[in-house]
Amino acid sequence: MKNSNIDVEIHHVTRVEGHGNIYVNVRKGVIERCEWNISEAPRFFESMVVGRQWDELHHITSRICGICSIGHTLASLRATEAAMNITISDQDLKLRKLALHAENMQSHILHLGFLVLPDLMGVGSVIPLASSNLKEVKTVLLLHRNANEMSTLICGRTTHPQRLIPGGFSKIPSIKELTDFRKKLQDSIPALQAVAELFKSTAHKFPDFARETEFIALTKPDEYALYDGDIASSDTGTAPVTEYLSFTNEYIVPISTAKRAKHARESYMVGALARLNINFEKLSPLAKKIAGMFDLKPVCHNPFMNNIAQLVEVVHNVEDSIRLIDELEADGLQRQPDYYKPEIKVKAGRGVGATEVPRGLLFHDYTYNEKGVCTKANCVIPTNQNHGNIELDMKDLLPKVLDKTEKEIELSLEMLVRAYDPCISCSTHCIKVHFV
Amino acid sequence: MKPKVAFFDFAGCEGDQLQIANLEEELLTLLGQVKVVSFREVMKEHSDNYDIAFIEGSCTRLQDEDRLKQIRKNAKIVVAIGSCATIGGINCIRNYKDLDEVRKTVYGENAKLFDTYAARPIDAVITVDAYVHGCPIDRDEFLQVVKSLLLGKKPDIPTYPVCVECKKNENVCAFERGQFCVGPVTRAGCNSCCVNEGTICWGCRGLVDNPNENAQKEVLIKYGLTVDDAIGKFRLYFGWQESKK
Repeated sequence: MKNSNIDVEIHHVTRVEGHGNIYVNVRKGVIERCEWNISEAPRFFESMVVGRQWDELHHITSRICGICSIGHTLASLRATEAAMNITISDQDLKLRKLALHAENMQSHILHLGFLVLPDLMGVGSVIPLASSNLKEVKTVLLLHRNANEMSTLICGRTTHPQRLIPGGFSKIPSIKELTDFRKKLQDSIPALQAVAELFKSTAHKFPDFARETEFIALTKPDEYALYDGDIASSDTGTAPVTEYLSFTNEYIVPISTAKRAKHARESYMVGALARLNINFEKLSPLAKKIAGMFDLKPVCHNPFMNNIAQLVEVVHNVEDSIRLIDELEADGLQRQPDYYKPEIKVKAGRGVGATEVPRGLLFHDYTYNEKGVCTKANCVIPTNQNHGNIELDMKDLLPKVLDKTEKEIELSLEMLVRAYDPCISCSTHCIKVHFV
Repeated sequence: MKPKVAFFDFAGCEGDQLQIANLEEELLTLLGQVKVVSFREVMKEHSDNYDIAFIEGSCTRLQDEDRLKQIRKNAKIVVAIGSCATIGGINCIRNYKDLDEVRKTVYGENAKLFDTYAARPIDAVITVDAYVHGCPIDRDEFLQVVKSLLLGKKPDIPTYPVCVECKKNENVCAFERGQFCVGPVTRAGCNSCCVNEGTICWGCRGLVDNPNENAQKEVLIKYGLTVDDAIGKFRLYFGWQESKK
């Protein structure tokens, strides 16, 4: 064995969102330590929202994460709406699904183009690629800008959305704005195919690695579930979201400011690959075709393929957005008053909102008193659910790469962490609060 | 020689650094003017040799102060970006709670393992040379500030309240719509973006210099609102600033 002694200590893994560390010690070829831990400063959101009003929670919890602020806002609104029996119109439902598609595209493209691609091209960041591969970088930027324009069109801005409020929207786009944007989406398909080709030509650099695990994602009978659905496990079947605590089972690891989760096994995985494994048949036609380019089909146990699952999802997001805009156009978009604030009958109650966000299944769970003041909150974040799985993958991958140089080992482990697209701000900022 | 710039983040959502990625093509232009030597979110390389440091996020624990002081030592210019860094922002909501209690309920017996103290803006720890306010920051304002700094000028930041911009945009006043709005005391520069989208000003750019508290009180009386309404909304973003007054 080339490396009898190896010490890898990666403080603050780069090109991921937030601060996480990898520790590896190998003595005489024996692995003594292989750890993934989180050092991000906790922010106690679930404690912060206690005492706040029902129409402020989505604004506050959006700040858990800048990258998936639309997802947090939607999960938050759905928890509040479930607690107070607030229904939204079919039109608003479609608009919210568009908002989620926009964010999913933005986040996945950012991850694939800015964070993953440099590994495949053998550079440290996207910056040198801007000179060596300007055409490819511009294609990525075009798709990223499109996604951001779509967020602005639906939500009023790209990050920390404004128009999404309990019961609907404070402002909605016009049908002309939507149909104009539909054309942009249609026109972006060749760019998506170009990005797919780019990944196809470099995907062999992802390690050929697989470890069987459990996948958990929302599911629905007639659509690729993102906005809502039942919880589905690849091990145990489906259950309503109100039973989420029996799936997430969070626990504290003293070395880490982020919690972990486990269900039927020692760990499970959420995110694009989990969704694809559970809901593959409901993907849009072109999305399935792109998956076929990479021979990606259920059940895939290679975590590095989460990158490709994200690419497949972006194609689905585009195709499904076109479909939704067509439906809104066919139904005729109903206008609403300016500065709209739906009439809400405030009542006491508890509600759970579960939404698939870029990195996986997100839960917000609020309890309100009769004045609409939050008395309890719990948020379970996708990355928290993945931390345990990341570490077990790492422990399985390490012995398989021990004959490589220390630098190569480092890169393999970093690439593994990046494949999960971890959102460390989210996962620490939402430490679960135990209520007496 | 291009100025060397570095990006750092503390307790925050990284939404401000995302706005820099969101510059899209303009980011390529910016990269032509500066050399990025450290940006953990997007690059593997790191160097401690930089001229301008952009810092996102609040300082929320003693152990982070050393890192901040080191950045101050390395950089010629320190720029705070986003509400968490410029005013403490939404992190400071928890400053009104018993932090030991919060920590204990969160971590139980392990509470001692996890340090925390009152969340604060970075100028509570180190000297800050320039500010890009907002939650999140506005991309154009960020570019304006960078341009000013590259030209050796002090960036121009509005010293009047959001109401000025909001009136210019001909919005219907939130108070007239029966909602509470902190626009009258919040620093402008956002072009009243939230009210334009049909909601209220939440105060993310912080208290304007010398806020007109009498005018705010008059507004409260005129619309039959209570001091509790005001305090509740003020504590969303002004927690640190209020505690220092």
